[in-house]
Amino acid sequence: MSTQAPLLRGLVALVIVAAVAALIVALTWRAAAPRIAENQRLLEQQQLAEVLPDVDFDNRLTEARLSLEGAAARTAGVDTAWIARRGIEPLGVILRAVAPDGYSGRIVLLLGVTQGGEVLGVRALEHRETPGLGDAIDIERSDWIRQFTGRSLDEPARADWTIRRDGGAFDGITGATITSRAVIRAVERALLYFEREGAALMHTPIPTDVDAPSDTSQSVEFSEPRP
Amino acid sequence: MSTPSTADIFRDGLLRRNAGLVQLLGLCPLLAVSNSVVNGLGLGLATLFVLVCTNLIVSLLRGLLVTPLRIPVFVLIIAALVTVVELVLQAWFPALDRRLGIFVPLIVTNCTILARAEAFASRQPPLAAGLDGLATGAGFAAVLIALGALRELVGRGSLFAGMDLLFGEAAAGITLSLPVDGLLLAILPPGAFIGLGLMIAVFRWQQQRRDTSADTATTATPSRPTA
Ligand SMILES: Cc1cc2nc3c(=O)[nH]c(=O)nc-3n(C[C@H](O)[C@H](O)[C@H](O)COP(=O)(O)O)c2cc1C
Repeated sequence: MSTQAPLLRGLVALVIVAAVAALIVALTWRAAAPRIAENQRLLEQQQLAEVLPDVDFDNRLTEARLSLEGAAARTAGVDTAWIARRGIEPLGVILRAVAPDGYSGRIVLLLGVTQGGEVLGVRALEHRETPGLGDAIDIERSDWIRQFTGRSLDEPARADWTIRRDGGAFDGITGATITSRAVIRAVERALLYFEREGAALMHTPIPTDVDAPSDTSQSVEFSEPRP
Repeated sequence: MSTPSTADIFRDGLLRRNAGLVQLLGLCPLLAVSNSVVNGLGLGLATLFVLVCTNLIVSLLRGLLVTPLRIPVFVLIIAALVTVVELVLQAWFPALDRRLGIFVPLIVTNCTILARAEAFASRQPPLAAGLDGLATGAGFAAVLIALGALRELVGRGSLFAGMDLLFGEAAAGITLSLPVDGLLLAILPPGAFIGLGLMIAVFRWQQQRRDTSADTATTATPSRPTA
């Protein structure tokens, strides 16, 4: 059998290549993993700080995270909160809200709110809206999302929480009416949630243990009173 | 198979069988990522790196390769290299990594790389194989960058936006912006097909003109099947 020898040679090559490939990937991973984790933390920190401009908090936001569970959070489309504090005093909250009804699926938003329910900043975190149309919600593309700053459920009045074309107080994005409506509704829903659950949320104790691993997030359940 | 001259390797890789314009290989990443210069350059460089390394390694191992087992060996090499590139991007160029997203792992599926390993590197000495990877990768990257420039210019009215993602803060100032809104179509997926179609047409027309003016029909390259 003259075919056996070359086949064996090929198998040896395959095994060697597999071993060397695994080694190189493993070494690269060892060098890269701490930086990748650090990049993720920095990114989260930076994104969070952006929706709380000028708030003088002194805690590490990435470690002040609460997972929101329960019916009220689900209907409001909010899934995570971060509490900004100075000492033990809560100064504001960041909510992650999802608009399920964007033009191309989910739009994930971060919004920073003061204790009194005033919006400090909103940013689109993830979205797949059309480049050139719906992507104007992205701060890199336009300032549209800044119009929420300073708003609250009383300002404008509840009935005006929609785009001007529908008789509301907010600018719509030309050619992206669906996107605009989805974002406005999601911000409104998140504020309604905050109005009801905010006080409880801000006084939820968060482990301040410095040694705690940064990814431990506590789950809290805020549920509506059942009918 | 005799080793072609360096000039021939480069003429082949850049022009005569250019991966993007003639062989139409690797169209998935080419069309999806080419909506700006920085995206084209990022993916172009990553692909070039994987091509050169794969060709070199395959050529060095060519004495050990046997027909039934060569494809698994190629795939293993390519997959390991792409994983390394992805980790390096995530760790050291996180902003660019978020932009290129899924298309870096998809370099694995770029048929150009497997095709060069099989058709060239497994039969040629390392130097020629490395140069072939360089030429083919440069040819592919050139098409990515040109298409990216075309689409960014027409679609957004800018050029070189976001180069700081690749070259640090110093490059942030080289963005050119025209005082016009772009033609949206160019940055949407159809714009990629139209742009590439136009580039192929111009390229073929140029080649035809050169062929007829040289008056030697002997060098006509038969078009190869695409994958
Ligand atoms: C290719 C394409 C992409 C679109 N992308 C968006 C989008 O990102 N966001 C959006 O709201 N509408 C998008 N639209 C839908 C239209 O712009 C739609 O007419 C408009 O949003 C609906 O509002 P109207 O009541 O003003 O017609 C897109 C339409 C097309 C054809």
